[in-house]
Amino acid sequence: MDRLLRVLYGVLIGATLIYVTLPSLVVVVTAFSDKALLMFPPTGFSLKWFERAWTYDDFRKGMVNGLIITAWASCIALAVGTMAAFVIERFEFTGKRTLEAVLLSPLVIPHFTLGIAMLILASEISLSRTFSLVVACHVILVLPFVMRSVYVSLKNIDPALERAAASLGASPFRVFMKIDLPLLAPGLAGGWLFAAILSFNEFTATLFVTGQRTQTLPVAMYTYVREYADPTMAALSSMLIAVTVLFLVAANRWLGLERILSIEARH
Amino acid sequence: MMTDTISVSVEGAVKSFGGTPAVDGVSLKIRKGEFLTLLGPSGCGKTTLLNLIAGFLEPERGEIFIDGEAVTHVPPYRRSIGMVFQSYALFPHMTVAENVAFGLKMHKVPASEIGPRVAEALEMVRLPQMGPRTPRQLSGGQQQRVALARALVIKPSVILLDEPFSAIDKNLRADMQVELKRIQKRIGITTLFVTHDQSEALSLSDRIAVMSHGKIEQLSGPAELYRNPASSFVASFIGDINRMPCTVIGIEAGEVVLKANEHVLRLPKEHGAVDVLAAGSAALLFARPEELALVPAQGVEANLGEGVVDTHVYQGTHVDVYVRFGDGRAVRVRHPGFEALERFPAGTAVGVHANLAQAFVFPEK
Ligand SMILES: Nc1ncnc2c1ncn2[C@@H]1O[C@H](COP(=O)(O)OP(=O)(O)OP(=O)(O)O)[C@@H](O)[C@H]1O
Ligand SMILES: [Mg+2]
Repeated sequence: MDRLLRVLYGVLIGATLIYVTLPSLVVVVTAFSDKALLMFPPTGFSLKWFERAWTYDDFRKGMVNGLIITAWASCIALAVGTMAAFVIERFEFTGKRTLEAVLLSPLVIPHFTLGIAMLILASEISLSRTFSLVVACHVILVLPFVMRSVYVSLKNIDPALERAAASLGASPFRVFMKIDLPLLAPGLAGGWLFAAILSFNEFTATLFVTGQRTQTLPVAMYTYVREYADPTMAALSSMLIAVTVLFLVAANRWLGLERILSIEARH
Repeated sequence: MMTDTISVSVEGAVKSFGGTPAVDGVSLKIRKGEFLTLLGPSGCGKTTLLNLIAGFLEPERGEIFIDGEAVTHVPPYRRSIGMVFQSYALFPHMTVAENVAFGLKMHKVPASEIGPRVAEALEMVRLPQMGPRTPRQLSGGQQQRVALARALVIKPSVILLDEPFSAIDKNLRADMQVELKRIQKRIGITTLFVTHDQSEALSLSDRIAVMSHGKIEQLSGPAELYRNPASSFVASFIGDINRMPCTVIGIEAGEVVLKANEHVLRLPKEHGAVDVLAAGSAALLFARPEELALVPAQGVEANLGEGVVDTHVYQGTHVDVYVRFGDGRAVRVRHPGFEALERFPAGTAVGVHANLAQAFVFPEK
């Protein structure tokens, strides 16, 4: 009975792993196809789709745009989100719950609603199709994730630490800099990582607020698949998967992934 | 003149949460170098009062003075205080030495002075070698000693400790108490200590403020508190005590005359809240187990009446004998040694004598 359960458990785990990784596997395998068709399994082997993906101009521009936008958006969201989460978590003031609800609302508002809204607003003040517009849109979208991450880390800081520091003569600013910030660092790294990944991959809202000049990689990919159905997309996706895996392995090595991604409270 | 000898003064402080007062008009003066303890049951407002003095809370009414200076609206980091917490609250991202140095850095002490002062502080708490360690590598008792060193190194006017030993292993607690008392006496620092452990309060304090429902019920030395409680709350809270319902007959010739258990008793007038006792009113008679004795039944000495021995509880140094009266109520009588186990087996009819010079009477609430 016990063995049967264990076998079943093993099968379940295996099935889940296959289910989760199969799409990536299919994409990677298809990328090496030698035909201009998206088919699985491929009938021959070639690297030409990688070459095309690498040299395709829109992808290159989209990549650069995306990285610029992601860098700005994730860093601004990190700074704003940390301050907001800290103030909301540690201080009492009127309108605090409203502020929190507003800042967390992008979690439940559909992205396309936000995209349209930003587009309308931007044309009112003639800012449409600019980088600042895309960055502003992404900041709003990723802010809740940064704030969540900071909240969790803040909850794990014993308020007695802040009081001890204050009793030793540290002003509130110094308490934040010398006590909270160092202890928040892993949470901030996690929040930033989430923000960066979300921003880089965001498509729905981005589609509305980008133009030819500012389009990001996902938007460029969308435009591409509307015209071609060859394995270039698979090759590009494979490269993105590889980069992401490398990135996560590095993050895990230097910072400890379970610490960064810990959404649960630590003890 | 008086302010020279007073370190901390609280005048009529009120602080409430959601309309309910947690500190309800407290006035308190802590003398320089004194070890004063706030003692009371959970939720009586000890931590709130401590936080008012530290500056983490502002009173709605009343004033707070430290070294004669009004600090009521001064933030904690500008008050001359040291704090020790139940959770130790050592900064986990700093070494022991960095923890102790933190306050010195915040006070802009020259770098050349910091090293020697940190070493001296760690020496004082008998942890001279622990500087390079991180807090996590220390035991609870060691961490709390580092916290004490960190609080004392900045030479505050007063040190505030909120149940500092309640998270520490019981065997170690007594050592920590002795250690704290030794350091406190040596450097003569004014100390405000919060606990709900009465034996801790009695053994450490110069004076104890017993709190209940946000008010100070009594403020006096440990012996006075034990021998002369000011209210039925204090009498019940400090030490073991028997409570017996009684009726006030009257007050005559410096004595309170009572009737308890069908016996007429006369108590010295200063024992209890005599001023508010009206003749004929119901009251409570308090007597500690060690002030009661077992005497022959029907004897003239049996001023509390006769009963039957119910059970014994052997405590090593003494035996507590529970005697049940005819009406079903029981009293606890304390006998030193262990003879009582043999002399008064369960079922024995005995008389109970109370030393009325050490009994108290308070009105029934
Ligand atoms: N921040 C707060 N918000 C609301 N109520 C509070 C707050 N702090 C304290 N109280 C209430 O005030 C009262 C006194 O609390 P306080 O913490 O001072 O008690 P205490 O004597 O320290 O108790 P304990 O021995 O359990 O630590 C309690 O009823 C508590 O519920
Ligand atoms: Mg408390």
